[in-house]
Amino acid sequence: MNRSDTPQRDESIVADTTLERRSSLAIWVSRLEGPQTMGRGVLFWTVAALVVLAAAIYPLFSNPFAVGNSAYFMVWTFMAMGLGVVWGYTGALSFGQTAFFGLAGYAYGVLTINFGAAYGFTWIALLISVALGGLLALLIGYFMFYGRIRGVFIGIVTLSVTLVFETFMAQTAGPQWRIGDARLNGFNGMSGMPPLTVPWPGGDIVLYPGLGLYYVLLAMVVLCYLGLRMLLNAPFGNVLVAIRENPERAEMLGYDTRAYQMLAFGLGGALAGLSGALYTAWGQYITPSSMGLTAAALPIVWVAVGGRRDITATLLGTLAVLFGFQSLTVYGSQYALIVMGALLLVTVLLTPEGLFATAMRWIGRRFKGAQR
Amino acid sequence: MELIATAFAMAYQFGDAFAFLVISCAGLAIIFGMMGIINLAHGEFIMCGAYVTASTARMGFPLPVAILCGALVAGIVGMIVERTVVRHLYHRPLDSIIATWGISLIATQGVLIVLGSTMQGIGTPLGSIEVGERSYSAYRLVLMGAAVALLSGLYLLFYHTRFGVIARATIQRPQMAQALGVDTRRIYGLTFGLGAALAGLAGGLYAPTMTMVPTMGATFIVESFVTVVVGGADIFVGAAPAAAILAVIRAALTAWYGQLFGQIGLLLAVIIVIRVMPGGLSAWIKRTRQ
Repeated sequence: MNRSDTPQRDESIVADTTLERRSSLAIWVSRLEGPQTMGRGVLFWTVAALVVLAAAIYPLFSNPFAVGNSAYFMVWTFMAMGLGVVWGYTGALSFGQTAFFGLAGYAYGVLTINFGAAYGFTWIALLISVALGGLLALLIGYFMFYGRIRGVFIGIVTLSVTLVFETFMAQTAGPQWRIGDARLNGFNGMSGMPPLTVPWPGGDIVLYPGLGLYYVLLAMVVLCYLGLRMLLNAPFGNVLVAIRENPERAEMLGYDTRAYQMLAFGLGGALAGLSGALYTAWGQYITPSSMGLTAAALPIVWVAVGGRRDITATLLGTLAVLFGFQSLTVYGSQYALIVMGALLLVTVLLTPEGLFATAMRWIGRRFKGAQR
Repeated sequence: MELIATAFAMAYQFGDAFAFLVISCAGLAIIFGMMGIINLAHGEFIMCGAYVTASTARMGFPLPVAILCGALVAGIVGMIVERTVVRHLYHRPLDSIIATWGISLIATQGVLIVLGSTMQGIGTPLGSIEVGERSYSAYRLVLMGAAVALLSGLYLLFYHTRFGVIARATIQRPQMAQALGVDTRRIYGLTFGLGAALAGLAGGLYAPTMTMVPTMGATFIVESFVTVVVGGADIFVGAAPAAAILAVIRAALTAWYGQLFGQIGLLLAVIIVIRVMPGGLSAWIKRTRQ
């Protein structure tokens, strides 16, 4: 049976009750593959391992600039995967992930400028920023989902939140706008915060954009990806998909859909916050325009083009679109945005599932055919 | 005298905010109320109307003619967009948001590339009037009149013309209307065109008061979205009272704390409103009437 082709099948909701009693670790590991994620079996994991290996040895064959650049791409993938969970799996289209991105980015800046980078505080700042992004998302999610708004309204409310945030931060220019030692600096944004720093006997390791940061980010992306796979194939993820497919039926089955949606939204916000804090740490600056209309459109483009209903397609699509976007920017950033808009239109009209998801399904069928 | 001047100042603030909300949200509210589609390219239709108005006005046409030209061009562009893109997405409302956002990105950047980062605007006409010690823009008073005229015009269109009857029938029971011989696709096309034309009208009306930049549509969208969300699906019992309520909030906060807090107040209002009355004002009003 090719279950991965029809993730919305009903038995997926109850599949876990048939599991034998096993240690919880074994259960979670077994959830690395399941009905809600594409890719299973030895072949898939071999390819996945080879890809990670290739990513790990890639810096040996490349220049430092390209490595720092790849790290920059990976910074964004967390926000994209979070949006994949919120939009693709839960069915709540959020335009405002950049609000959580920006909040966490500014929080990282304010915290590290005030408390410095000693004793590994940058990591604590990172955690606090991510938590703040998640909490804001939970709060907004509470009002939205417990107010039972759905569909297009979620998009509008989240978009308004991020645009108002942008307007607010853009007017914080004067010296009265400061938190501790950190000047918010209005439209020019904040800069000069320390990058992530690992405390180490005999001198801290400062993760400037380069080799060290690249490996840290690669590890984080892999962990986040595997963690999300497990979560999405767990009962929690099954309920999210059930809500996406038919909210009334999910509610009739006894699930408090509001709470599930709110939690998924919080998770998406926390992941967007992770991207935001890492972005600030990567470039040591953050500006209000990172929450503007164009910035808010980009995650939508990545996820829509990649394929929102599968976390693997989201991840690969995001990296590919980011790479393509930057290659285009070399020829003129004005045209890159037009290409983005056109890509979005073409995706929605021709491959609503997303280019990468459609391609992956096609490859999957080829392999199945060859094995028979 | 002092009292009258203060009262006039407050009424002016309120009227200004009300006119802005009504005029900027009308097109969005029509398209959403009739078709259930949120048009994220709304701001770009406004921009289109403003640009056309400014260029025709600078060619020497009188301003009212120029504004009508802006609305007309935006309406035609809207009908083309409906025919090529939106028509295929009626059964996928979320995807239609994404598609219109794609259009909005292309339009903003396209205008930036073709026409440059700013365009020479047109000055605000009609000068100013003096009440008490402060002076007020007379053109803004005209805008307030325009908002009221717009609402009355739409009311007449939807409740006292043949098109209005057919359009309302199409929203309420599309299959039934189709069975009675209504070309529903044409009605949807016309409705989308009307919404776009109203956006163009908004752009034209506000063109003399703004700087002409390709991103000028963005200044309208938060306010118009908020009004539509608070109002709900019906423009007359939803968007219009929502605009009145939000105008009070915005005028008061703007007067006391400044523009930004007016906007934040609107955002908080919308978040609270969706929590206590899902479906917006129009759903709430309809429920209490029953």
